[in-house]
Amino acid sequence: MIGTDLTVILPELVLVVYAMAALMWGAWRGKDAETPMLIWLTALVMAGLGAWIGLEPEGTATAFHGAFINDGFARFTKVIILFSAAIVLLMSQEYLRRNKLLKFEFPVLITFSVVGMMMMVSAGDLIALYMGLELQSLSLYVIAAFRRDSARSTEAGLKYFVLGALSSGLLLYGMSLIYGFAATTSFAGITAATTGEHLPVGLLIGLVFVITGMAFKVSAVPFHMWTPDVYEGSPTPVTAFFATAPKVAAMGLILRVLFDAFGGVVGDWSQIIAVLALLSMFLGAFAGIGQTDIKRLMAYSSISHMGFAFLGLTAGTAMGVQATLFYMAVYVAMNIGVFAFILNMERDGQPVTKISALSLYARDDLLRASALAVLMFSLAGIPPLVGFFSKLYVLQAAWDAGLSWLVIAAVIASVIGAYYYLRIVYLMFFGEQGEGLDGSMPAVHWAALMGSAFVMLFGVLNLFGVFDLAGAAAATLLK
Amino acid sequence: MDNLLSIVTFIPLIAAVILALFLRGEDEAAQLAAKRVALATTVATFLISIVIYVQFDPSNPGFQMVEEHKWIGGFNYKLGVDGISILFVLLTTFLMPLVIGASWNVNTRVKEYMIAFLVLETLMIAVFSALDLVLFYVVFEAGLIPMFLIIGIWGGKERIYASFKFFLYTLLGSVLMLVAIIAMYLEAGTTDIPTLLTHSFPSTTITILGWHIKGGMQTLLFLAFLASFAVKLPMWPVHTWLPDAHVQAPTAGSVVLAAILLKMGGYGFLRFSLPMFPDASALLAPFMMWLGVIAVIYTSLVALMQEDMKKLIAYSSVAHMGLVTMGVFAATRQGVDGAIFQMISHGFISGALFLCVGVVYDRMHTREIAAYGGLVNRMPAYALIFMLFTLANVGLPGTSGFVGEFVTLVGVFEANSWVAFFAATGMILSAAYALWLYRRVIFGALIKESLKTITDMTAREKWIFAPLVVMTILLGVYPALVFDIIGPSVEALLEGYKTALAGTAQAALQLAIN
Repeated sequence: MIGTDLTVILPELVLVVYAMAALMWGAWRGKDAETPMLIWLTALVMAGLGAWIGLEPEGTATAFHGAFINDGFARFTKVIILFSAAIVLLMSQEYLRRNKLLKFEFPVLITFSVVGMMMMVSAGDLIALYMGLELQSLSLYVIAAFRRDSARSTEAGLKYFVLGALSSGLLLYGMSLIYGFAATTSFAGITAATTGEHLPVGLLIGLVFVITGMAFKVSAVPFHMWTPDVYEGSPTPVTAFFATAPKVAAMGLILRVLFDAFGGVVGDWSQIIAVLALLSMFLGAFAGIGQTDIKRLMAYSSISHMGFAFLGLTAGTAMGVQATLFYMAVYVAMNIGVFAFILNMERDGQPVTKISALSLYARDDLLRASALAVLMFSLAGIPPLVGFFSKLYVLQAAWDAGLSWLVIAAVIASVIGAYYYLRIVYLMFFGEQGEGLDGSMPAVHWAALMGSAFVMLFGVLNLFGVFDLAGAAAATLLK
Repeated sequence: MDNLLSIVTFIPLIAAVILALFLRGEDEAAQLAAKRVALATTVATFLISIVIYVQFDPSNPGFQMVEEHKWIGGFNYKLGVDGISILFVLLTTFLMPLVIGASWNVNTRVKEYMIAFLVLETLMIAVFSALDLVLFYVVFEAGLIPMFLIIGIWGGKERIYASFKFFLYTLLGSVLMLVAIIAMYLEAGTTDIPTLLTHSFPSTTITILGWHIKGGMQTLLFLAFLASFAVKLPMWPVHTWLPDAHVQAPTAGSVVLAAILLKMGGYGFLRFSLPMFPDASALLAPFMMWLGVIAVIYTSLVALMQEDMKKLIAYSSVAHMGLVTMGVFAATRQGVDGAIFQMISHGFISGALFLCVGVVYDRMHTREIAAYGGLVNRMPAYALIFMLFTLANVGLPGTSGFVGEFVTLVGVFEANSWVAFFAATGMILSAAYALWLYRRVIFGALIKESLKTITDMTAREKWIFAPLVVMTILLGVYPALVFDIIGPSVEALLEGYKTALAGTAQAALQLAIN
């Protein structure tokens, strides 16, 4: 029995053993000079695991009495998580070296958080969910404060920790209520306990607390307050990481809980998600307008995008889940490109994050400016870029669910949000002459930026088949 | 060749990619090469598009040269033309070489400039030949990106404000259309335009938040599409982006904007609003026609008071597009025929007028009317050409402007004589502002010191105007060139419209009897 359980969690097992070995090795050697090698090795391991999981045969397997589920949905999100984490890790190296942050703990902590994320999207039980979430969060708290001698970074880490702990508290409280009223922590058991059309009130309150706790993790309004400060204060590679893999994992977690445990009572939670979506889209769109720091801007952009991703959820249908999964995949791909650019915004060897530094950047480097412009238009959801199609599908799902008011609100929010993406394009191509940037770009970053822009541009041909993969993944969640 | 339309659509894009990948350097030779490649491409595109015209069978009102391929997520890549759209495709391919030729003096970032225009050409052709709703939306919207960059990078002093206003205004209108497209897809189960043309969307009154909406879903869809097309056309009162965009855009950008991009709004009315939402169109037609009247009179008055030549012509465009709105929603044979003719003719005339402004702007670097006067003394050829297009804009018999305005007004008169009456008054105003502009710029004594050395048009400039002169006069004396092609399609369109209305009336009667 235990043997079959272990085969189901084999990828996680490999990664966690690798992480511990790396930690031991780093502690034993005590040489930060070997960190680049470790970063490459970690990225390779992650990418290898991603390929392995991606090529696993179809089918659903559960382990530990249903606490861990390995299905198409889990595999789809894990592949995104592993590959995006690997790419961000590779991109971090240069920045960490320039800022003397090249410590072996960095790849190790990232690996631990990735293990947590893989747990999260595979969770089939509230306890397993919480374990995954905390493993992820604790690692992230530490790397947010990775630049120990910087007050901003420490502040970011502390803020993240305090608010994260609060959200964990809410989550645990909700879980205890659910346990109290359903007498089980397993998702299958909860589904069995919710036979009626509506949830009993105790379970409903528990669900609201659980959603609140999870909404913190994806930074949905009104639980977003930590995001801009943490994005701005953390070292840029950490921000890049926050904007990619953890977002997918948290969204996967929400999908897991809502559809696996509470899939029978869509009407009870879709209103909550709709309101979260509405608030996130509008706050993200409005608050981003006045930002002068590109990392803060990306924080508000991520808030707005999470609102859009929630749109797909409100439908409670397979099509909606497919749209959300596709949205997350596209969102991650765009963010990798944008952060590959931000990581190299430098002047005289100092990192610059002011948006105004982009002035007339197109004169210095037209190719990079064009690639960033493509990503900005894609983030804004302008066709023919892939960002448009991801929005189209979530809007379609929401309209299908009868939430026409939400769809109309969403498109208006997307126009408001388009302003700040356009502003970056404007600055780069026809802004005022500023001080400019002089950072060079390592090959990894260049490849990430160009690859991301390429995907957004040429995805119009067939979306690289990702939409269909997301459909298959969604189907397993709603079996 | 079954994929002729795709070839015409994508040649400019391919040339743009080639320019982007293979042309290096910023020196004179590279600039000239970029210009030559762009010119050769647009000319080739035009020549191939003539094959479309030759192969086109005007007696067939349906879609021809249809190509269809599977695309993403249930949508199709489907192109085709009918009598309504083919002329817009030809108008685009005809004007683009002239636009490129008019840009010969551009000398900053020439390669990028040419790429932007070539990409724009692909998107414009695709808009007029798209037969899938989502494909239409994608290319319709995508055109914003090159235009934003054209205004922003090569525009005038206030270009930043103008480019943002252009982009966000148009985007806001378009996203509502996107919502309508989603609603239509989920209602009809397809985004195929020929299928949607035969689908009847429900028009029973619905109640939203206590509001009774006559025409139901059709009205809502109509309004959502209107939000997009009204901005694009533009209709009063959402026209304010146009003067800003026109004034700030470089000459070639203004030409494309006025001659082609504006037509997408009118084309949209004909392709979507009228045939797909007939009940809503019938319901809202008076409203639309009165909006058109307001546009004609109000913007003509505004045009009178302009001090900037481009702004004046921009307002005149709004007025002419008001006439198009009226013609379309008169829903009579002459009205729709006239509206299409007016759009084609306005494409030549307004394009030429913006080029005229470009000619003197290139020399004097100002568009202030007050900075000119007495140009006829030193620029006789220019004075002649400018006069021809001014009079064509006014609607002088013998020019295409007359045919468009006259036929449209006849059609509008059939539908609503008061609207026609006020619209005709607007025509008088158009004569006033156009002739007054001409007098202030061309006639009088040449007293301004700065104008003493101004030179007449060069051979290049004359060659750019020549095709436009020919077309304006040719269509003026032989309008059958257009009417023969659009006739069967327009007839079929109105046939379908009337059948749909009769069907609804029948159903209502049936309901009343029961």
